[in-house]
Amino acid sequence: MMTIRWPLALLFAVLLLLPLGLQDYLLHMAIQILIWGFVYTGWSVMGRFGQVSLGHGAFLGVGAYTTALLWNNFGLVPWIGIPIGVAFAVLLALVIGYPCFRLKVVGHYFALVTLALSQVVLLSIVAARDITGGSLGMTPNSVGQSSWLALQFTSKMHWYFVALAVWAFGLWVWVKVDRGMGRAAMEAVSEDETAAAAVGINVTREKLRVTVISAAMTAFGGALFGQYQMYLNPETLSGIGVSLQIVFAAIAGGMYSLLGPTVGALLTIALTEGLRIGFGTTLIGAANTIYGILLILFIIFMPRGITGFFGAWTKRRAATAAATT
Amino acid sequence: MLSVRGLTKSFGGFVAVSDVSFEVSEGELLGLIGPNGSGKSTTFNLIAGTLKPTAGSIRFEGEEIGGLAAHQVCHMGLARTFQIPRPFRKLGIRENVTLAAYYGRHGRVGRDEAEALAVEALETVGLPSDAATTTEGLGAAGLKKLELARALSTQPRLLLADESLGGLDVAEMDQAAEMLERIRTEKGITIVWVEHIMGVLMRVVDRVIVLDHGEKIFEGLPADAARDRRVAEVYLGTQH
Repeated sequence: MMTIRWPLALLFAVLLLLPLGLQDYLLHMAIQILIWGFVYTGWSVMGRFGQVSLGHGAFLGVGAYTTALLWNNFGLVPWIGIPIGVAFAVLLALVIGYPCFRLKVVGHYFALVTLALSQVVLLSIVAARDITGGSLGMTPNSVGQSSWLALQFTSKMHWYFVALAVWAFGLWVWVKVDRGMGRAAMEAVSEDETAAAAVGINVTREKLRVTVISAAMTAFGGALFGQYQMYLNPETLSGIGVSLQIVFAAIAGGMYSLLGPTVGALLTIALTEGLRIGFGTTLIGAANTIYGILLILFIIFMPRGITGFFGAWTKRRAATAAATT
Repeated sequence: MLSVRGLTKSFGGFVAVSDVSFEVSEGELLGLIGPNGSGKSTTFNLIAGTLKPTAGSIRFEGEEIGGLAAHQVCHMGLARTFQIPRPFRKLGIRENVTLAAYYGRHGRVGRDEAEALAVEALETVGLPSDAATTTEGLGAAGLKKLELARALSTQPRLLLADESLGGLDVAEMDQAAEMLERIRTEKGITIVWVEHIMGVLMRVVDRVIVLDHGEKIFEGLPADAARDRRVAEVYLGTQH
């Protein structure tokens, strides 16, 4: 594993020094990339094993809204609110996952169940407009100054380092899952559940394990994003739109490699911003159309995503170089 | 060691296994044979937990295992192979077997120990035990060996071997039969061998059970099975 350690250490060094030279706008981009990179990494923890969830927006929404509602209504600080939001998301993952996995709802059917889930959460948030503000969204009560306790910062610099730490934590979780026996078990499960069970793998348990990790990370990312934006909107934090964006980013970036989902975040944020700057408000909603088209292209031509594609490409080049010398 | 009583399995109106009873004693090498569609694979899947019985009981070392999930049956010390090999293609040969050793023992062995068990199982069946070899180069015989290694690495006391010889040539068949015999004598593992090719099996097993249309039509020594009228009818057709 020495091969990936050096570039990674270098990357971290650059990321630690990066904010010194960035204006607020670029810092804002960087923070979003890190938070979404964390969420996409969370999705790929289960997505890479063929557990395709089209409903991660549900976890995002549960995490963000729970945290904000507890803060606004009961004055519970995010340090307590986020764990509770994550716990709710985990509970939701178990309630949906357990019957699906026990009854062998797999592949497309599982994807459809999750798709419905994200929409149920969206509609619930909108329906409970008295407490959530419905489709107009809601704003967490501001303390008016930087406060670690309330997890609100007036300076982008603070947020950058918070986001960086959380993102790094996400990578650590990904590596943990990747190095454990659980990875081999899930590879086996994704290929042949019957054969996996025959060698003693508790298929339902292994699937629930990655689903719960994935849901928890996503809820955490959602809560953090809500805190950062200081504005929660059901369309951006739940429902099909954001759920598909997560899927697109993870697949396009490359869900089989550590940094793939982060590359995906870079791509989606750049795309959204590029469209906003280039076309202003005339093309609102165009991003989703472009995601859709790109997703199709990626699945056909680069199923392992950008990182997977370049990984294979550098390997091929190294092989040809070795062959010619 | 294994006691099957009144085992019945129906799929809708079709009865695949009907009131089958037999015993397997410790250290035995038992053959379970029958033509295609006779219910032997169903019987096998019922014992292994892949299917749930409609009626009847299956007791393994005194404990009821009928209706347990496949992974639970495996944890109890009962391993199986598949008629059509089902390797995990995304994993290397050794990783396939290490996985089985690790999960088959249900957390009772660490990763290193699982690795050691895998190497041992691979050596027993005669497959390369290095970490790099993939399943790609394995032919029919190799895949069957991998099935066997995977089952053995879970350290079973009873091995259910499903049609181990389908798709092999004569030399490979002899080799495979010899291997099962060796596993029984050297490792003391009790074996139930399900097969539809009678020839090789009859030379090796202690006792044979013949199924036809989901019913047990014969139980006894291989030599007697060869002389049994009903067995002959099932295999050769009725003579007039």
